[in-house]
Amino acid sequence: MAEPLAIETVELRKHYDGMEALRGLTLAVPKGSIFGFLGRNGAGKTTTIKVLLGMARPSGGDARVFGLAARDEQASVEIRRRTGFVSDDKELYPYFTVGEMVRFTAAFYPRWRTELEARYLRAFELPADRKVKALSHGMRTKLALLLAFCRGAELLVLDEPTSGLDPAMTEEVLQALVSHVAREEMTVFFSSHQIAEVDQIADRVAIIDRGRTVVSGGLDDLRERYCRIQFVFDGDAPEHAFRAPGVERTRRKGRVLTVTSSAGSSALVDEARALRPVSIDVTPIALKDIFLETVITEEA
Amino acid sequence: MLFRPNPSSGVPIYLQLMEQVKHAIETGALRPGDQLPGMRPLAEELVINPNTVAKAYRELEHEGVIELRHGAGAFVSGTAGSTTKVADKVRAGQAIVAAAVAKLRARGVTDDEIRRLVDAELSGRRTGGHGG
Repeated sequence: MAEPLAIETVELRKHYDGMEALRGLTLAVPKGSIFGFLGRNGAGKTTTIKVLLGMARPSGGDARVFGLAARDEQASVEIRRRTGFVSDDKELYPYFTVGEMVRFTAAFYPRWRTELEARYLRAFELPADRKVKALSHGMRTKLALLLAFCRGAELLVLDEPTSGLDPAMTEEVLQALVSHVAREEMTVFFSSHQIAEVDQIADRVAIIDRGRTVVSGGLDDLRERYCRIQFVFDGDAPEHAFRAPGVERTRRKGRVLTVTSSAGSSALVDEARALRPVSIDVTPIALKDIFLETVITEEA
Repeated sequence: MLFRPNPSSGVPIYLQLMEQVKHAIETGALRPGDQLPGMRPLAEELVINPNTVAKAYRELEHEGVIELRHGAGAFVSGTAGSTTKVADKVRAGQAIVAAAVAKLRARGVTDDEIRRLVDAELSGRRTGGHGG
């Protein structure tokens, strides 16, 4: 694959005393993508982000950002310089006003984008003289995003950027992300367990479960490949072990046989014809179902 | 706006966009020479990934439905759906569908059921209607 990568991990491992948070996580985030990093709570999303940004040392495997090794301390400084990070708790100084917070942050970054600052202060309707501690959760999220946008970073890493926001505020944040990416050449890597928002703005995804990647790729490509095929038979659905590739799950119930496929439907349908079903139905399945199928199957 | 893809339907968003552009051309909402929204404004308006819009436009160009002119934007190409026959055919079809939907609703069939009936009818044809 010739695509330049913003983030790459290979067989990444991390254990904290006895607890395995990452168990061989492999990721490839192409430059210029909006990458949705999906997993349940405790799947290893935040640990991965910490390793990428040099806030935690990996126990094994490799993690690179802009091709730089995250475990190397000097490279890690460089990584953080070129990356805007918004943590889950939107860490800011509570006693600063919005204006002070912006000026304070701007002082650290020589490439600070003054014109973007003005635009987002207006677009986000952030009151410059309000104290950070008096901001609503949504306002704080927007301020944290503004600070990340304006530093001229090539990569934005967002840990659950919309957690705790109401639907209107979520839409506003997604809108800001999309429009920022449309104007600037940058990569966005955001973790989430909100499937709907990943569905909406991501072009790449990885679904992780218990420290491992279970599905990854282009979102439209996954939508194309994943489907559900329902066969109805005259009598009880036959027991049949499919040889066609990509069979993720098979369920038999009475006269109905339902197959979830990750490799399209044609090979499966061809194979099933020999079983003489009375009807065949192919339906696309949504990311939500892909998530549920892959994450829960792993549990078994 | 004309376009409104549904991200959670499981159908690739770029395909939905392509279908919606083609539909707009078939119904005459978009005519040859008309300009399509720019990729960036469209991504911002629909709040979808700019790469997805770019992919839909590229594929539409590849199929000869639209033309991408450097710096000027995207335009419905001269040949796309220009045969008024296509537009007429679709308009006539729309009337048939509208009548059928009205009839089904009058019988108490819900919209979801109607959608499934249509999908099943179409996919039955796609899989060759085997086993009948």
